[in-house]
Amino acid sequence: MIWNESSECMRPDEMRDLQNKRLRTTVERVYHNSTFYRSRMQEMGVSPMDIETIDDLVKLPFTVKTDLRDQYPFGLFSAPMSEIVRLHASSGTTGKPIVAGYTRKDLGTWSEVMARTFAAGGCSRNDIFQIAYGYGLFTGGLGAHYGAEMLGASVIPISAGNTEKQIQLMTDFGSTALCCTPSYALYLAEAIQEMGVRDKLKLRCGFFGAEPWTEEMRREIENKLKIKAFDIFGLTEIIGPGVAYDCEAQSGMHINEDHFLPEIINPQTLQPVAPGEIGELVFTTITKEGMPVIRYRTKDLTSLTYETCSCGRTSVRMHKIMGRSDDMLIIRGVNVFPSQIESVLLEFGEAAPHYHIFVDRANNTDTFEVHVEVRPENFSDDLSSMLNLRKRIEARIQSVVGIHAQVKLVEPRSIERSTGKAKRVTDNRKLY
Amino acid sequence: MIIQQLSIFLENKTGRLTEVTQVLGQAGINLSAFSMAESSDFGIMRVILSDPEKAQHLLTEKGFTVTLSDVVCLRVPNTPGTLSQALLVLSEAGVSIEYMYAFARKDDAALVVIRANDTQRCIDALQSSNLNLVKASEMYDF
Repeated sequence: MIWNESSECMRPDEMRDLQNKRLRTTVERVYHNSTFYRSRMQEMGVSPMDIETIDDLVKLPFTVKTDLRDQYPFGLFSAPMSEIVRLHASSGTTGKPIVAGYTRKDLGTWSEVMARTFAAGGCSRNDIFQIAYGYGLFTGGLGAHYGAEMLGASVIPISAGNTEKQIQLMTDFGSTALCCTPSYALYLAEAIQEMGVRDKLKLRCGFFGAEPWTEEMRREIENKLKIKAFDIFGLTEIIGPGVAYDCEAQSGMHINEDHFLPEIINPQTLQPVAPGEIGELVFTTITKEGMPVIRYRTKDLTSLTYETCSCGRTSVRMHKIMGRSDDMLIIRGVNVFPSQIESVLLEFGEAAPHYHIFVDRANNTDTFEVHVEVRPENFSDDLSSMLNLRKRIEARIQSVVGIHAQVKLVEPRSIERSTGKAKRVTDNRKLY
Repeated sequence: MIIQQLSIFLENKTGRLTEVTQVLGQAGINLSAFSMAESSDFGIMRVILSDPEKAQHLLTEKGFTVTLSDVVCLRVPNTPGTLSQALLVLSEAGVSIEYMYAFARKDDAALVVIRANDTQRCIDALQSSNLNLVKASEMYDF
């Protein structure tokens, strides 16, 4: 189902006209309302008059995460506080959090893009949504909440955690759609399997985001929970969840490009890459009032495709995130992404997707260890076949990543589960 | 003549073996024999016990990875040369042994637990040579 056909299936030339107009308005807004953006633009010798179409984007300065931190808390707002009706903040694991302010119109936009997301997954007013994202400063809970309400669905604001209660309400209320992080979805799937209550559930789909996950992990969630799993992409800096969403074709996420204008740049040269090439995803918000961002570098690596999707939507699609420069580890001089390890483990089908990477330094050499949980159904009583499993995982990691990792098989559930963002890496090197 | 053996995946961490034995002890399950196969960071505990299915259920509940496998138990007199006789029978029958472990009992006989690549063939070969196999009921019931 398509929630907003006129926007989601807009002709490309009409979309471009709309984007041109909205970009001009946004640049005017930030130039006149934000000291930060005005001085950045003046430093580069650019004024709003230089921006006529989206081709002029390249003339504008980039914004990066540290800019948002430096301007903590409200320095990037382009609306007076009297117009800000909601504040959210990122978890801020290092230093100050990133704060986002929304006007009433921004909240309306957010609900709209989330309603598009849920409709694209086949949901409607007849669905019962269990929102198991954390509520609070984190954008996941409230973002999904208001989107599902706009859709007209029945919303259960249960928030994250308390697995037993999640399963109980899921059973008693007959939840049909689940919203949470993919790692928590897997955790729930295991608990449901253990309790043997899958047959009592009416669950048929889920919308998972807020952390990177692979296609293999999607299949595992789909098989274990017997549902269709949809990806949601979003960032607090842009709006929260709902920047891009899967449709039922699941062949790339549709970007709500009438609100969020994407670019792909080469992270080294900062120049736009050729169409279809992989690079860093950059967003400019073109309708936001509270905290518009200009050319925000997401640090996420992906590629874009502008072909019309089989679902009928014309909007540009982004590939699943292929890595994140923040997550990137440099081990023995080689770039390693945790998502590479995850895809290796899942292609085995013999080792659970629960894993943890340990990096340390011994005798001036980096050590690289991957702890992998052994699945009960694949445990063999034969030591040599277990050792062989370990050896095969090591060989596969070597061929995908390019360096040797020492794999350690560990007991199920010995790796900590998280209800928020999964922590996959412990880097004990003291390099700085 | 098939005996069910329980195997448990254990990380080489202090206290894991204690936990296993506590779970079984509290449930009143008696261990008849066990052996450990270990690598540098994990091990497999193989155990013959009074109620393998109950033990499997209990340990799985506690989050352990366990599996049941079929083994054969041979009773041989505790005297020189008797084991090699039995092993000769197996190799002549083309049965290969994945692993084995032995323990002695009060009645002066030695018991040898054998995990073969082909359990039924192993039983047939040993029985046709009139070697003495232990029944499951005898094994669990000490």
